[in-house]
Amino acid sequence: MSKPAEINLTPDILVVGGGNAALTAALCAREAGRYVSVLEAAPKPYRGGNSRHTRNFRCMHRGPLGVLTGSYGEDEYFDDLLKVTKGDTDPALAKLAIAASERAYCWMEAHGVRFQPSLSGTLSLSRTNAFFLGGGKALVNAYYAQAEDAGIDLHYNAHVDHLSVSDTRITEVTARLDEVAYRFTPGAVIVASGGFQADTNWLARAWGPAAKNFLIRGTPYNRGVVLKDLLDQGMESVGDPTQCHAVAIDGRAPKFDGGIVTRLDCVPFSVVVNRDAERFYDEGEDIWPKRYAIWGRLVAAQPDQVAYVIIDATSRELFMPSVFPPVEADTIEGLGQQLGLPGAKLRQTIDAFNAACRPGTFHATELDGLATEGLTPPKTNWARPIIEPPFYGYSLRPGVTFTYLGLKVDETARVTGAGGRMDNLWAAGEIMAGSILGQGYLAGFGMTIGTVFGQIAGEEAAAHV
Amino acid sequence: MYDDTPDLATGTPHDEARRQLQICNACRYCEGYCSAFPAITRLRAFADGDITQIANLCHNCCGCYYACQYTEPHEFALNLPQALAQVRTQSWQDYAWPAPLARLFHRHAYATVAATLLGIAALFLLIQAVPAPASGTGFYAVLSHSAMIALFAPLFLLPLAALALGLRRYWRDVGGARPTLAQWRDALAQAAQMRNLKGGHGEGCNFEEGARFTPARRMAHHAVMYGFLLCFASTSTGTILHYGFDMPAPYSLWSLPKLFGITGGLLLTAGCVWMLALKARAEAHLSDPETTAADTAFVGLLGMVAASGLALYALGQTVAMPALLALHLGAVASFFLLTPYTKMAHGFFRLAALLKDAQARGV
Repeated sequence: MSKPAEINLTPDILVVGGGNAALTAALCAREAGRYVSVLEAAPKPYRGGNSRHTRNFRCMHRGPLGVLTGSYGEDEYFDDLLKVTKGDTDPALAKLAIAASERAYCWMEAHGVRFQPSLSGTLSLSRTNAFFLGGGKALVNAYYAQAEDAGIDLHYNAHVDHLSVSDTRITEVTARLDEVAYRFTPGAVIVASGGFQADTNWLARAWGPAAKNFLIRGTPYNRGVVLKDLLDQGMESVGDPTQCHAVAIDGRAPKFDGGIVTRLDCVPFSVVVNRDAERFYDEGEDIWPKRYAIWGRLVAAQPDQVAYVIIDATSRELFMPSVFPPVEADTIEGLGQQLGLPGAKLRQTIDAFNAACRPGTFHATELDGLATEGLTPPKTNWARPIIEPPFYGYSLRPGVTFTYLGLKVDETARVTGAGGRMDNLWAAGEIMAGSILGQGYLAGFGMTIGTVFGQIAGEEAAAHV
Repeated sequence: MYDDTPDLATGTPHDEARRQLQICNACRYCEGYCSAFPAITRLRAFADGDITQIANLCHNCCGCYYACQYTEPHEFALNLPQALAQVRTQSWQDYAWPAPLARLFHRHAYATVAATLLGIAALFLLIQAVPAPASGTGFYAVLSHSAMIALFAPLFLLPLAALALGLRRYWRDVGGARPTLAQWRDALAQAAQMRNLKGGHGEGCNFEEGARFTPARRMAHHAVMYGFLLCFASTSTGTILHYGFDMPAPYSLWSLPKLFGITGGLLLTAGCVWMLALKARAEAHLSDPETTAADTAFVGLLGMVAASGLALYALGQTVAMPALLALHLGAVASFFLLTPYTKMAHGFFRLAALLKDAQARGV
């Protein structure tokens, strides 16, 4: 699409952000007859924020719905959320998101999103999560095509620097479009510009210098500029400002945008050591999807924020293929050397582990109780000696997925400021997800929040102007 | 240093495809687009034969490219449609006999143009040099039936033999077994519907409108394929009528050869024109850029075969007939000869890949 010849500085609704929540809000507002402009910070090839890396959304359904099997009721969904957040959620908002997710499925389909049966290797999600055909970028493409056809003004390379707050109104939005400064005076503003995880300085304030070694799994454009600007002006916040969601990923992943492929599923079948070739946690505590999320933190706490997974030939085929081939050697010492670990020490650690393994039946997909004896820390499942060459190794680093700090919203997605409920400011997506997801993570729930609150924000804002 | 992102340097087309397929296999978001992705996820490591098979299974719908998080400017620089297209070209060249001819015609548009002109010129000369018997009527008054058979029987059979040789090598390299009837049915049904150009959701592929899906390429391809098959049926029924029923040409409008020929000719001409228009709007970097011009020339030749055939039918009673006959038969001769060495070969390898895929899926 070619750029509009003139930039409309007074749209009815200005949407800040360009991912799932932003586009959903923009489409809903446009369908209610409003003039809408979207300011996406990324250039066109990187449009869509973290949504471009997503693959499914978690959806309530009373019976089989599209690609979803069985049923997934409100109560079960809410229970799943309580388990991961340990109660750190706003029940009213959470239930709202859950109840509306069924309608969201149909809305998404009507707006060009296509679903596919759950991907191979993720069968456990076929009942709860609807997978996007082609993944999140295909979803983003569908929404942008709809937005173009609907006559929404789309601007890429559009960086919002400041929203002027006067009492309970946003009076002006300053932005740079292709590095040219503009002042927008829209009727209403919807902020859907994500978290701040790409700003490693901000992360470092919470995590210390260690944060510089974190990899960011998603877009480099979620720098939290708008979030910080609004918080500085007294908007109510929610979520722990010091926390981010981090998982352990392939240490060779790019600094930004490594996305899904950088995950490693081999930890349960391995021995994990730190830089000094020492074990530090029970690798077999639980099945991997349930422990995936804690390993980011565990690795972050190790020296240099790095760890190394060691497996042998017997486990090579037990997990999803990795994006980069593992480092390979015929001896443990040789592997240690290639990984930059003290070889003799690694040998010692592996020998101690092997000696602690006990005979028993190994079962890759369930808790098999095959545990070590007399080892600290223990490995409580899948503990098989690492003896069959070739030996394989991967480095692990913390990969940040998202941050929890966000804007507090009410059930109409409206933001509350120092002077009370804002007249013309709504929020959707990751920037307000902390209201519902105070800690932990539930696969596909971010997209549910984004879609549901995107719809609410778009409809509410459209009704306001 | 170990912690650095691994070197992404690339070597042969197979090496580059292997690098990309490993990334795809760790992602799998595209599983629903076509048959190529389930074929990828069935493997953990990709031998050259596996890659050749996946490449020939790929219909270049480009759905995976537009859905991909890792296309440039991302450092993974994924462009699977191009990587597989390059492997495909390479495989058609390597399996062709003789291979140098395939290298020439797959990469150089001028070669196809020159061969076409040569074919037409040869037919003009032939018509001049070999006087038709006085008893000949219609086209046979210009070139005798026996001369046509003497010319076209080897022109048809020799390229088919060369193709068969290449397909046998392909089948060996991808580890194909003796196909069953059910596998043939499955593969032919896929080819007949061009299921792999539907995008998984039935809305078509991403060819000429960027990230948007359209059925245009699938429809154009259908026009070309079914048009071609109708033309082939026309010739076949003509041959059967001639030898089986002693009914030589010319045939009436309501005869099978004419009904097949006219509908097929119209479909094929329209399909080629449509395909050329789509190609002009497509992004060259999502296919093998080195073969774009040659492929275009080939579609042009195919369209010319069809259009000249139609012209011959329309103007067969006029003074233009002998010239049109030379034009048409010259184009047909070139087309036959070039079949194993141009884009035309893809149909045969694609069918083989679909057949092999049916085996891999346990049909």
